[in-house]
Amino acid sequence: MVDFWISILEQGLIFGVMVLGVYITYKILDFPDLSVDGSFPLGAAITAQSLSLGINPFIALFLSFLVGMVSGAITGFLHVKYKITNLLSGILVMIGLYSVNLRIMGKANMPLFNKTTIFSNNIKPIFIIVIITFIMKLLLDLFLKTKFGFLVKATGDNPKLVTSLGINIGITKIAALMISNGLVALSGSMMAQYQRFSDVGMGRGIIVMGLASIIFGQSIFKGTSFILPTTMALFGSLLYKTSTAFALKLGFPPTDLKLITSVIVIIALAINNKKFSFKGKKLFNIGGGRRVRNSESV
Amino acid sequence: MLEIQNLSKTFNKSTVNEKKVFKGFSLDVKKGDFITIIGSNGAGKSSLLNIISGSIKEDQGYLKLNDKTINKLPEYKRTKHISRVFQDPSLGTSPSMTILENLSMAYNKGKKFGLTMGVSKKNKEYFIKILSKLSLGLEGQLNTKVGLLSGGQRQALSLIMATMSNPELLLLDEHTAALDPKTSKIIVDLTKSIVKEKKITTLMVTHNLNQAINVGNRILMFHQGEIVIDIKGKEKKSLNIDKLMDYFEKIQSKDLLSDRLLFQ
Repeated sequence: MVDFWISILEQGLIFGVMVLGVYITYKILDFPDLSVDGSFPLGAAITAQSLSLGINPFIALFLSFLVGMVSGAITGFLHVKYKITNLLSGILVMIGLYSVNLRIMGKANMPLFNKTTIFSNNIKPIFIIVIITFIMKLLLDLFLKTKFGFLVKATGDNPKLVTSLGINIGITKIAALMISNGLVALSGSMMAQYQRFSDVGMGRGIIVMGLASIIFGQSIFKGTSFILPTTMALFGSLLYKTSTAFALKLGFPPTDLKLITSVIVIIALAINNKKFSFKGKKLFNIGGGRRVRNSESV
Repeated sequence: MLEIQNLSKTFNKSTVNEKKVFKGFSLDVKKGDFITIIGSNGAGKSSLLNIISGSIKEDQGYLKLNDKTINKLPEYKRTKHISRVFQDPSLGTSPSMTILENLSMAYNKGKKFGLTMGVSKKNKEYFIKILSKLSLGLEGQLNTKVGLLSGGQRQALSLIMATMSNPELLLLDEHTAALDPKTSKIIVDLTKSIVKEKKITTLMVTHNLNQAINVGNRILMFHQGEIVIDIKGKEKKSLNIDKLMDYFEKIQSKDLLSDRLLFQ
Protein backbone atom coordinates (compact mmCIF):
# COMPACT_ATOMS: atom_id res chain seq x y z
CA MET A 1 0.00 0.00 0.00
CA VAL A 2 2.86 2.37 0.81
CA ASP A 3 4.31 1.64 -2.60
CA PHE A 4 0.96 2.46 -4.17
CA TRP A 5 0.92 5.91 -2.53
CA ILE A 6 4.56 6.60 -3.29
CA SER A 7 4.05 5.84 -6.95
CA ILE A 8 1.03 8.19 -7.01
CA LEU A 9 3.19 10.87 -5.40
CA GLU A 10 6.01 10.29 -7.89
CA GLN A 11 3.84 10.38 -10.98
CA GLY A 12 1.68 13.17 -9.65
CA LEU A 13 4.70 15.40 -9.08
CA ILE A 14 6.28 14.56 -12.44
CA PHE A 15 3.02 15.53 -14.14
CA GLY A 16 2.88 18.45 -11.73
CA VAL A 17 5.75 20.11 -13.60
CA MET A 18 3.65 19.84 -16.76
CA VAL A 19 0.62 21.23 -14.90
CA LEU A 20 2.70 24.27 -13.87
CA GLY A 21 3.41 24.84 -17.55
CA VAL A 22 -0.23 24.49 -18.55
CA TYR A 23 -1.14 26.82 -15.67
CA ILE A 24 1.00 29.57 -17.23
CA THR A 25 -0.76 29.43 -20.58
CA TYR A 26 -4.28 28.44 -19.59
CA LYS A 27 -4.73 30.52 -16.44
CA ILE A 28 -2.22 33.36 -16.52
CA LEU A 29 -1.90 34.10 -20.23
CA ASP A 30 -5.45 33.04 -21.16
CA PHE A 31 -3.99 31.20 -24.14
CA PRO A 32 -5.33 27.63 -24.54
CA ASP A 33 -2.10 26.12 -25.83
CA LEU A 34 -2.78 22.64 -27.28
CA SER A 35 0.80 22.22 -28.46
CA VAL A 36 1.71 20.72 -25.07
CA ASP A 37 0.39 17.42 -26.42
CA GLY A 38 3.41 17.59 -28.69
CA SER A 39 5.99 19.21 -26.44
CA PHE A 40 5.57 16.61 -23.68
CA PRO A 41 6.68 13.70 -25.91
CA LEU A 42 9.19 16.11 -27.48
CA GLY A 43 10.93 16.30 -24.12
CA ALA A 44 10.76 12.52 -23.84
CA ALA A 45 12.15 12.03 -27.36
CA ILE A 46 15.04 14.43 -26.80
CA THR A 47 15.81 12.63 -23.54
CA ALA A 48 15.68 9.17 -25.11
CA GLN A 49 18.03 10.18 -27.88
CA SER A 50 20.37 12.03 -25.51
CA LEU A 51 20.58 9.12 -23.09
CA SER A 52 21.31 6.64 -25.85
CA LEU A 53 24.11 8.96 -26.98
CA GLY A 54 25.51 8.75 -23.47
CA ILE A 55 24.75 12.33 -22.47
CA ASN A 56 24.46 13.02 -18.74
CA PRO A 57 20.77 12.57 -17.76
CA PHE A 58 20.63 15.93 -15.97
CA ILE A 59 21.93 17.64 -19.06
CA ALA A 60 19.22 15.76 -20.96
CA LEU A 61 16.66 17.36 -18.65
CA PHE A 62 18.09 20.75 -19.44
CA LEU A 63 18.19 20.04 -23.19
CA SER A 64 14.53 18.99 -23.12
CA PHE A 65 13.66 22.23 -21.38
CA LEU A 66 15.47 24.23 -24.06
CA VAL A 67 13.92 22.37 -26.98
CA GLY A 68 10.50 22.71 -25.33
CA MET A 69 11.09 26.46 -25.20
CA VAL A 70 11.80 26.48 -28.92
CA SER A 71 8.52 24.71 -29.60
CA GLY A 72 6.69 27.26 -27.43
CA ALA A 73 8.40 30.06 -29.30
CA ILE A 74 7.12 28.65 -32.61
CA THR A 75 3.52 28.49 -31.33
CA GLY A 76 3.85 32.07 -30.11
CA PHE A 77 5.45 33.24 -33.32
CA LEU A 78 2.63 31.76 -35.45
CA HIS A 79 0.08 33.50 -33.27
CA VAL A 80 1.81 36.88 -32.92
CA LYS A 81 3.39 37.27 -36.33
CA TYR A 82 0.85 35.64 -38.62
CA LYS A 83 -2.21 36.35 -36.45
CA ILE A 84 -3.26 32.68 -36.46
CA THR A 85 -5.75 32.09 -33.62
CA ASN A 86 -4.25 30.73 -30.42
CA LEU A 87 -6.09 27.38 -30.66
CA LEU A 88 -5.02 26.77 -34.24
CA SER A 89 -1.38 27.80 -33.66
CA GLY A 90 -1.23 25.21 -30.88
CA ILE A 91 -2.84 22.51 -32.99
CA LEU A 92 -0.52 23.17 -35.94
CA VAL A 93 2.57 22.90 -33.76
CA MET A 94 1.20 19.82 -32.01
CA ILE A 95 0.62 18.01 -35.32
CA GLY A 96 4.00 19.05 -36.65
CA LEU A 97 5.75 17.89 -33.49
CA TYR A 98 4.39 14.36 -33.96
CA SER A 99 6.59 13.94 -37.02
CA VAL A 100 9.47 15.79 -35.39
CA ASN A 101 9.35 13.43 -32.42
CA LEU A 102 9.41 10.39 -34.72
CA ARG A 103 12.41 11.87 -36.51
CA ILE A 104 14.27 12.54 -33.28
CA MET A 105 13.78 8.99 -32.02
CA GLY A 106 13.87 7.28 -35.40
CA LYS A 107 11.10 4.92 -34.32
CA ALA A 108 7.80 5.01 -32.46
CA ASN A 109 9.19 4.03 -29.08
CA MET A 110 12.55 3.69 -27.45
CA PRO A 111 13.27 1.65 -24.33
CA LEU A 112 15.82 3.10 -21.90
CA PHE A 113 16.20 0.09 -19.60
CA ASN A 114 19.98 -0.08 -19.49
CA LYS A 115 20.69 3.63 -19.77
CA THR A 116 21.88 5.89 -16.97
CA THR A 117 18.99 8.14 -15.87
CA ILE A 118 18.54 10.71 -13.11
CA PHE A 119 17.21 7.82 -11.02
CA SER A 120 20.28 5.57 -11.52
CA ASN A 121 21.73 6.14 -8.06
CA ASN A 122 21.09 5.18 -4.49
CA ILE A 123 18.72 8.03 -3.76
CA LYS A 124 15.06 7.10 -3.78
CA PRO A 125 13.31 8.40 -6.94
CA ILE A 126 10.71 10.23 -4.90
CA PHE A 127 13.36 12.52 -3.39
CA ILE A 128 14.80 13.43 -6.77
CA ILE A 129 11.33 14.12 -8.15
CA VAL A 130 10.34 16.21 -5.14
CA ILE A 131 13.52 18.28 -5.40
CA ILE A 132 13.20 18.98 -9.14
CA THR A 133 9.47 19.75 -8.95
CA PHE A 134 9.86 22.10 -6.01
CA ILE A 135 12.78 23.93 -7.58
CA MET A 136 10.63 24.48 -10.67
CA LYS A 137 7.66 25.63 -8.61
CA LEU A 138 9.78 28.06 -6.57
CA LEU A 139 11.45 29.44 -9.68
CA LEU A 140 8.03 29.96 -11.29
CA ASP A 141 6.70 31.67 -8.13
CA LEU A 142 9.73 33.94 -8.10
CA PHE A 143 9.37 34.68 -11.81
CA LEU A 144 5.77 35.75 -11.36
CA LYS A 145 6.89 38.29 -8.77
CA THR A 146 9.41 39.95 -11.04
CA LYS A 147 8.71 42.96 -13.23
CA PHE A 148 8.60 40.79 -16.33
CA GLY A 149 6.37 38.30 -14.50
CA PHE A 150 3.97 41.16 -13.76
CA LEU A 151 3.84 41.93 -17.47
CA VAL A 152 3.00 38.31 -18.29
CA LYS A 153 0.16 38.36 -15.75
CA ALA A 154 -1.10 41.67 -17.11
CA THR A 155 -0.95 40.37 -20.70
CA GLY A 156 -3.51 37.70 -19.86
CA ASP A 157 -5.55 40.16 -17.83
CA ASN A 158 -5.57 43.34 -19.91
CA PRO A 159 -3.31 43.46 -22.98
CA LYS A 160 -4.12 47.16 -23.48
CA LEU A 161 -2.42 47.99 -20.21
CA VAL A 162 0.77 46.25 -21.31
CA THR A 163 0.75 48.17 -24.59
CA SER A 164 0.24 51.41 -22.68
CA LEU A 165 3.32 50.60 -20.62
CA GLY A 166 5.33 50.70 -23.82
CA ILE A 167 5.76 46.93 -24.12
CA ASN A 168 5.06 44.81 -27.18
CA ILE A 169 2.53 42.19 -26.03
CA GLY A 170 3.84 39.81 -28.70
CA ILE A 171 7.10 39.54 -26.74
CA THR A 172 5.44 38.76 -23.41
CA LYS A 173 3.16 36.17 -25.05
CA ILE A 174 6.04 34.38 -26.75
CA ALA A 175 8.15 34.46 -23.59
CA ALA A 176 5.33 32.98 -21.50
CA LEU A 177 4.70 30.24 -24.08
CA MET A 178 8.40 29.42 -24.08
CA ILE A 179 8.53 28.99 -20.31
CA SER A 180 5.33 26.97 -20.36
CA ASN A 181 6.44 24.55 -23.06
CA GLY A 182 9.89 24.31 -21.51
CA LEU A 183 8.29 23.06 -18.28
CA VAL A 184 6.07 20.63 -20.19
CA ALA A 185 9.04 19.18 -22.08
CA LEU A 186 10.99 18.92 -18.82
CA SER A 187 8.09 16.97 -17.37
CA GLY A 188 8.14 14.70 -20.45
CA SER A 189 11.85 14.16 -19.94
CA MET A 190 11.36 13.21 -16.28
CA MET A 191 8.54 10.85 -17.25
CA ALA A 192 10.64 9.10 -19.90
CA GLN A 193 13.46 8.60 -17.41
CA TYR A 194 11.04 7.46 -14.71
CA GLN A 195 9.22 4.84 -16.78
CA ARG A 196 12.41 4.05 -18.71
CA PHE A 197 10.96 4.33 -22.14
CA SER A 198 9.84 7.02 -24.52
CA ASP A 199 6.84 6.62 -26.75
CA VAL A 200 5.68 8.96 -29.49
CA GLY A 201 2.09 8.62 -28.26
CA MET A 202 2.76 9.42 -24.61
CA GLY A 203 1.60 13.01 -25.01
CA ARG A 204 -1.91 12.22 -26.10
CA GLY A 205 -4.37 13.97 -23.81
CA ILE A 206 -1.72 15.75 -21.76
CA ILE A 207 -3.53 19.08 -22.12
CA VAL A 208 -6.74 17.59 -20.72
CA MET A 209 -4.77 16.05 -17.87
CA GLY A 210 -3.25 19.45 -17.15
CA LEU A 211 -6.61 21.18 -17.23
CA ALA A 212 -8.17 18.50 -15.02
CA SER A 213 -5.43 19.05 -12.44
CA ILE A 214 -5.79 22.83 -12.47
CA ILE A 215 -9.57 22.65 -12.13
CA PHE A 216 -9.25 20.05 -9.36
CA GLY A 217 -6.76 22.15 -7.47
CA GLN A 218 -8.80 25.30 -7.74
CA SER A 219 -12.10 23.77 -6.74
CA ILE A 220 -10.55 22.12 -3.67
CA PHE A 221 -8.91 25.32 -2.45
CA LYS A 222 -11.69 27.65 -3.51
CA GLY A 223 -11.96 30.66 -1.26
CA THR A 224 -8.51 30.35 0.25
CA SER A 225 -6.32 33.27 -0.66
CA PHE A 226 -3.14 32.29 1.16
CA ILE A 227 -2.37 29.24 -0.98
CA LEU A 228 -0.42 30.07 -4.11
CA PRO A 229 -2.06 28.97 -7.37
CA THR A 230 1.07 27.03 -8.27
CA THR A 231 0.67 25.02 -5.06
CA MET A 232 -2.97 24.41 -5.98
CA ALA A 233 -1.86 23.17 -9.40
CA LEU A 234 0.56 20.66 -7.84
CA PHE A 235 -2.08 19.42 -5.40
CA GLY A 236 -4.52 19.17 -8.28
CA SER A 237 -2.06 17.00 -10.14
CA LEU A 238 -1.70 14.69 -7.13
CA LEU A 239 -5.48 14.48 -6.73
CA TYR A 240 -5.91 13.69 -10.38
CA LYS A 241 -3.34 10.91 -10.18
CA THR A 242 -4.99 9.55 -7.04
CA SER A 243 -8.40 9.43 -8.69
CA THR A 244 -7.12 7.66 -11.79
CA ALA A 245 -5.13 5.23 -9.64
CA PHE A 246 -8.27 4.35 -7.74
CA ALA A 247 -10.15 3.93 -10.99
CA LEU A 248 -7.53 1.38 -12.01
CA LYS A 249 -7.82 -0.33 -8.62
CA LEU A 250 -11.56 -0.62 -9.12
CA GLY A 251 -10.78 -2.81 -12.10
CA PHE A 252 -11.00 -0.49 -15.09
CA PRO A 253 -8.46 -1.48 -17.75
CA PRO A 254 -5.69 1.13 -18.35
CA THR A 255 -7.08 1.73 -21.83
CA ASP A 256 -10.12 3.36 -20.21
CA LEU A 257 -7.98 6.03 -18.54
CA LYS A 258 -8.46 8.69 -21.20
CA LEU A 259 -12.22 8.26 -21.06
CA ILE A 260 -12.12 8.50 -17.27
CA THR A 261 -10.02 11.66 -17.51
CA SER A 262 -12.41 13.34 -19.84
CA VAL A 263 -15.43 12.34 -17.73
CA ILE A 264 -13.69 13.76 -14.65
CA VAL A 265 -13.05 17.06 -16.43
CA ILE A 266 -16.62 17.23 -17.72
CA ILE A 267 -18.02 16.66 -14.23
CA ALA A 268 -15.70 19.26 -12.71
CA LEU A 269 -16.55 21.84 -15.36
CA ALA A 270 -20.27 21.10 -15.21
CA ILE A 271 -20.33 21.59 -11.44
CA ASN A 272 -18.42 24.85 -11.72
CA ASN A 273 -20.55 26.20 -14.56
CA LYS A 274 -23.82 25.23 -12.94
CA LYS A 275 -23.08 27.68 -10.17
CA PHE A 276 -22.24 30.37 -12.66
CA SER A 277 -25.41 29.91 -14.70
CA PHE A 278 -27.49 30.03 -11.54
CA LYS A 279 -25.94 33.39 -10.68
CA GLY A 280 -26.49 34.63 -14.20
CA LYS A 281 -30.17 33.76 -14.16
CA LYS A 282 -30.69 35.65 -10.93
CA LEU A 283 -29.09 38.77 -12.35
CA PHE A 284 -31.19 38.39 -15.44
CA ASN A 285 -34.39 38.33 -13.39
CA ILE A 286 -33.47 41.51 -11.58
CA GLY A 287 -33.09 43.13 -14.96
CA GLY A 288 -36.80 42.62 -15.50
CA GLY A 289 -36.79 40.55 -18.66
CA ARG A 290 -36.84 36.81 -18.90
CA ARG A 291 -37.20 34.47 -21.81
CA VAL A 292 -40.45 32.59 -21.72
CA ARG A 293 -40.95 29.31 -23.44
CA ASN A 294 -43.97 28.87 -25.72
CA SER A 295 -45.62 26.55 -23.26
CA GLU A 296 -45.26 28.96 -20.36
CA SER A 297 -47.67 31.77 -19.68
CA VAL A 298 -46.36 35.11 -18.60
CA MET B 1 3.94 70.10 -29.83
CA LEU B 2 1.49 67.82 -31.62
CA GLU B 3 0.96 68.60 -35.27
CA ILE B 4 -1.57 66.84 -37.43
CA GLN B 5 -1.51 67.72 -41.09
CA ASN B 6 -3.82 66.76 -43.88
CA LEU B 7 -5.13 63.67 -42.16
CA SER B 8 -7.47 61.36 -44.09
CA LYS B 9 -9.21 58.25 -42.90
CA THR B 10 -11.97 56.19 -44.46
CA PHE B 11 -13.44 53.15 -42.79
CA ASN B 12 -14.59 50.15 -44.83
CA LYS B 13 -13.11 51.59 -47.98
CA SER B 14 -14.82 50.73 -51.28
CA THR B 15 -17.70 48.86 -49.67
CA VAL B 16 -21.31 49.89 -49.20
CA ASN B 17 -20.50 50.77 -45.61
CA GLU B 18 -17.79 53.20 -46.61
CA LYS B 19 -17.49 55.98 -44.08
CA LYS B 20 -15.22 58.96 -44.53
CA VAL B 21 -14.22 60.19 -41.10
CA PHE B 22 -11.47 62.65 -41.95
CA LYS B 23 -10.64 64.40 -45.17
CA GLY B 24 -7.70 66.78 -45.01
CA PHE B 25 -7.96 67.28 -41.24
CA SER B 26 -5.32 69.46 -39.56
CA LEU B 27 -4.75 70.37 -35.94
CA ASP B 28 -1.93 72.13 -34.13
CA VAL B 29 -1.61 71.56 -30.41
CA LYS B 30 0.71 73.81 -28.40
CA LYS B 31 2.76 72.59 -25.49
CA GLY B 32 0.79 72.80 -22.25
CA ASP B 33 -2.60 73.05 -23.98
CA PHE B 34 -5.55 71.41 -22.29
CA ILE B 35 -8.04 70.89 -25.09
CA THR B 36 -11.59 69.64 -24.63
CA ILE B 37 -13.27 68.06 -27.63
CA ILE B 38 -17.03 67.84 -28.08
CA GLY B 39 -19.22 66.76 -30.96
CA SER B 40 -22.01 64.39 -31.85
CA ASN B 41 -21.53 60.66 -32.24
CA GLY B 42 -19.61 59.75 -35.35
CA ALA B 43 -17.95 63.16 -35.59
CA GLY B 44 -14.52 61.57 -35.37
CA LYS B 45 -13.48 62.44 -31.80
CA SER B 46 -12.56 58.97 -30.70
CA SER B 47 -11.13 58.13 -34.12
CA LEU B 48 -8.76 61.06 -33.76
CA LEU B 49 -7.51 59.81 -30.40
CA ASN B 50 -7.18 56.29 -31.82
CA ILE B 51 -5.13 57.61 -34.73
CA ILE B 52 -2.87 59.69 -32.47
CA SER B 53 -2.28 56.75 -30.14
CA GLY B 54 -1.69 54.40 -33.06
CA SER B 55 -4.47 51.87 -32.47
CA ILE B 56 -5.98 52.91 -35.83
CA LYS B 57 -3.80 53.49 -38.87
CA GLU B 58 -4.46 56.64 -40.87
CA ASP B 59 -4.78 56.53 -44.69
CA GLN B 60 -2.88 59.73 -45.30
CA GLY B 61 -1.38 62.65 -43.45
CA TYR B 62 1.40 63.50 -41.04
CA LEU B 63 1.48 63.12 -37.30
CA LYS B 64 4.29 64.95 -35.60
CA LEU B 65 5.05 64.84 -31.90
CA ASN B 66 7.73 67.33 -30.84
CA ASP B 67 8.78 67.70 -34.49
CA LYS B 68 9.29 63.98 -34.90
CA THR B 69 7.07 62.10 -37.32
CA ILE B 70 5.35 59.28 -35.45
CA ASN B 71 3.29 57.83 -38.30
CA LYS B 72 5.37 54.71 -38.58
CA LEU B 73 5.80 54.01 -34.86
CA PRO B 74 3.71 51.06 -33.62
CA GLU B 75 1.28 51.71 -30.79
CA TYR B 76 3.48 50.27 -28.05
CA LYS B 77 6.30 52.62 -28.97
CA ARG B 78 4.10 55.70 -29.10
CA THR B 79 2.89 54.95 -25.58
CA LYS B 80 6.32 55.94 -24.32
CA HIS B 81 5.29 59.55 -24.92
CA ILE B 82 1.51 59.27 -25.04
CA SER B 83 -0.70 58.01 -22.22
CA ARG B 84 -4.35 57.27 -22.46
CA VAL B 85 -7.37 56.76 -20.24
CA PHE B 86 -10.37 54.97 -21.72
CA GLN B 87 -14.08 55.20 -21.13
CA ASP B 88 -14.15 51.67 -19.76
CA PRO B 89 -12.51 51.73 -16.30
CA SER B 90 -11.35 48.13 -16.71
CA LEU B 91 -9.05 48.98 -19.61
CA GLY B 92 -6.58 51.01 -17.55
CA THR B 93 -5.68 48.46 -14.90
CA SER B 94 -5.01 44.77 -14.48
CA PRO B 95 -7.99 43.45 -12.46
CA SER B 96 -6.44 40.26 -11.07
CA MET B 97 -3.44 42.11 -9.67
CA THR B 98 -3.33 44.22 -6.52
CA ILE B 99 -3.28 48.03 -6.40
CA LEU B 100 0.35 47.90 -5.31
CA GLU B 101 1.31 45.65 -8.23
CA ASN B 102 -0.55 47.84 -10.71
CA LEU B 103 1.09 51.01 -9.44
CA SER B 104 4.51 49.35 -9.45
CA MET B 105 4.08 48.44 -13.11
CA ALA B 106 3.05 51.98 -14.02
CA TYR B 107 5.94 53.37 -11.98
CA ASN B 108 8.33 51.26 -14.01
CA LYS B 109 7.08 52.52 -17.37
CA GLY B 110 9.92 53.57 -19.62
CA LYS B 111 12.41 51.55 -17.61
CA LYS B 112 13.46 47.94 -18.11
CA PHE B 113 10.98 45.23 -17.20
CA GLY B 114 13.59 42.68 -16.23
CA LEU B 115 13.84 39.88 -13.72
CA THR B 116 14.18 42.05 -10.65
CA MET B 117 11.45 42.08 -8.05
CA GLY B 118 8.25 43.70 -9.32
CA VAL B 119 7.31 45.42 -6.06
CA SER B 120 9.92 47.40 -4.25
CA LYS B 121 9.29 48.41 -0.65
CA LYS B 122 10.75 51.86 -0.92
CA ASN B 123 8.06 52.93 -3.41
CA LYS B 124 5.27 51.92 -1.07
CA GLU B 125 5.27 55.19 0.85
CA TYR B 126 5.25 57.21 -2.33
CA PHE B 127 2.23 55.26 -3.58
CA ILE B 128 0.42 55.70 -0.27
CA LYS B 129 1.07 59.44 -0.47
CA ILE B 130 -0.42 59.68 -3.96
CA LEU B 131 -3.42 57.53 -3.09
CA SER B 132 -4.24 59.41 0.10
CA LYS B 133 -4.53 62.63 -1.91
CA LEU B 134 -7.53 61.07 -3.68
CA SER B 135 -9.43 60.56 -0.43
CA LEU B 136 -11.11 57.52 -1.94
CA GLY B 137 -9.77 55.28 0.79
CA LEU B 138 -7.45 53.44 -1.54
CA GLU B 139 -4.30 54.06 0.52
CA GLY B 140 -5.33 51.42 3.05
CA GLN B 141 -6.05 48.77 0.41
CA LEU B 142 -2.73 48.42 -1.35
CA ASN B 143 -3.04 44.64 -1.37
CA THR B 144 -6.61 44.55 -2.65
CA LYS B 145 -7.14 43.20 -6.14
CA VAL B 146 -8.14 45.97 -8.51
CA GLY B 147 -11.02 43.87 -9.85
CA LEU B 148 -12.78 44.35 -6.51
CA LEU B 149 -12.75 48.16 -6.70
CA SER B 150 -15.64 50.30 -7.93
CA GLY B 151 -15.63 51.92 -11.38
CA GLY B 152 -14.75 55.33 -9.99
CA GLN B 153 -11.91 54.00 -7.87
CA ARG B 154 -10.56 52.08 -10.84
CA GLN B 155 -10.77 55.10 -13.10
CA ALA B 156 -8.93 57.22 -10.53
CA LEU B 157 -6.27 54.54 -10.40
CA SER B 158 -6.11 54.38 -14.22
CA LEU B 159 -5.59 58.13 -14.32
CA ILE B 160 -2.82 58.01 -11.74
CA MET B 161 -1.15 55.11 -13.55
CA ALA B 162 -1.40 56.85 -16.92
CA THR B 163 0.22 60.03 -15.63
CA MET B 164 2.73 58.56 -13.21
CA SER B 165 5.56 58.48 -15.73
CA ASN B 166 4.97 62.12 -16.79
CA PRO B 167 3.85 61.54 -20.39
CA GLU B 168 4.15 64.37 -22.87
CA LEU B 169 0.64 63.91 -24.17
CA LEU B 170 -2.43 62.65 -22.33
CA LEU B 171 -5.47 61.41 -24.23
CA LEU B 172 -8.73 61.15 -22.30
CA ASP B 173 -11.44 59.33 -24.22
CA GLU B 174 -14.71 60.14 -22.43
CA HIS B 175 -13.05 58.93 -19.28
CA THR B 176 -15.91 60.00 -17.02
CA ALA B 177 -18.78 58.81 -19.22
CA ALA B 178 -19.25 55.49 -17.43
CA LEU B 179 -19.39 57.05 -13.95
CA ASP B 180 -22.16 58.61 -11.86
CA PRO B 181 -22.22 62.45 -11.72
CA LYS B 182 -20.58 62.70 -8.30
CA THR B 183 -17.73 60.33 -9.13
CA SER B 184 -17.43 61.95 -12.52
CA LYS B 185 -16.79 65.29 -10.81
CA ILE B 186 -14.15 63.76 -8.54
CA ILE B 187 -12.35 62.33 -11.56
CA VAL B 188 -12.52 65.61 -13.49
CA ASP B 189 -11.13 67.51 -10.50
CA LEU B 190 -8.38 64.94 -10.19
CA THR B 191 -7.65 65.28 -13.91
CA LYS B 192 -7.41 69.07 -13.61
CA SER B 193 -5.04 68.96 -10.67
CA ILE B 194 -2.78 66.30 -12.21
CA VAL B 195 -2.58 68.06 -15.57
CA LYS B 196 -1.83 71.36 -13.84
CA GLU B 197 0.76 69.91 -11.53
CA LYS B 198 2.62 67.89 -14.17
CA LYS B 199 2.02 70.33 -17.03
CA ILE B 200 0.92 67.59 -19.42
CA THR B 201 -0.49 68.54 -22.80
CA THR B 202 -3.96 67.01 -22.81
CA LEU B 203 -6.77 66.19 -25.22
CA MET B 204 -10.05 65.35 -23.52
CA VAL B 205 -13.09 64.04 -25.36
CA THR B 206 -16.33 64.53 -23.47
CA HIS B 207 -20.08 64.54 -23.96
CA ASN B 208 -20.63 66.78 -20.98
CA LEU B 209 -20.85 70.39 -22.20
CA ASN B 210 -20.34 71.90 -18.75
CA GLN B 211 -17.18 69.88 -18.35
CA ALA B 212 -15.98 70.93 -21.78
CA ILE B 213 -16.52 74.59 -21.00
CA ASN B 214 -15.13 74.64 -17.48
CA VAL B 215 -12.03 72.56 -18.08
CA GLY B 216 -9.01 73.44 -20.17
CA ASN B 217 -7.89 76.44 -22.20
CA ARG B 218 -9.21 75.50 -25.62
CA ILE B 219 -12.41 73.89 -26.86
CA LEU B 220 -12.97 72.15 -30.17
CA MET B 221 -16.27 71.08 -31.62
CA PHE B 222 -16.14 68.35 -34.24
CA HIS B 223 -18.74 67.84 -36.88
CA GLN B 224 -18.42 65.21 -39.60
CA GLY B 225 -14.69 65.04 -39.29
CA GLU B 226 -14.07 68.76 -39.27
CA ILE B 227 -13.41 71.29 -36.55
CA VAL B 228 -16.40 73.61 -36.64
CA ILE B 229 -15.70 75.53 -33.46
CA ASP B 230 -12.28 76.39 -32.06
CA ILE B 231 -12.27 78.75 -29.08
CA LYS B 232 -9.28 79.43 -26.89
CA GLY B 233 -7.77 81.80 -24.35
CA LYS B 234 -9.85 84.70 -23.03
CA GLU B 235 -12.80 83.95 -25.22
CA LYS B 236 -12.88 80.44 -23.82
CA LYS B 237 -12.99 81.78 -20.27
CA SER B 238 -16.11 83.82 -20.93
CA LEU B 239 -17.84 80.95 -22.71
CA ASN B 240 -21.09 79.47 -21.48
CA ILE B 241 -23.49 76.89 -22.83
CA ASP B 242 -25.84 79.46 -24.46
CA LYS B 243 -22.96 81.13 -26.27
CA LEU B 244 -21.71 77.77 -27.43
CA MET B 245 -25.13 76.88 -28.78
CA ASP B 246 -25.31 80.26 -30.56
CA TYR B 247 -22.01 79.57 -32.23
CA PHE B 248 -23.26 76.22 -33.24
CA GLU B 249 -26.46 77.59 -34.70
CA LYS B 250 -24.49 80.08 -36.75
CA ILE B 251 -22.52 77.28 -38.27
CA GLN B 252 -25.82 75.62 -39.08
CA SER B 253 -26.12 72.08 -40.21
CA LYS B 254 -28.78 69.62 -41.17
CA ASP B 255 -28.82 67.60 -38.02
CA LEU B 256 -28.64 70.65 -35.80
CA LEU B 257 -31.93 69.81 -34.21
CA SER B 258 -30.89 66.38 -33.07
CA ASP B 259 -27.63 67.74 -31.75
CA ARG B 260 -29.33 70.49 -29.86
CA LEU B 261 -31.63 67.96 -28.24
CA LEU B 262 -28.70 65.80 -27.41
CA PHE B 263 -26.82 68.53 -25.64
CA GLN B 264 -29.67 69.84 -23.53
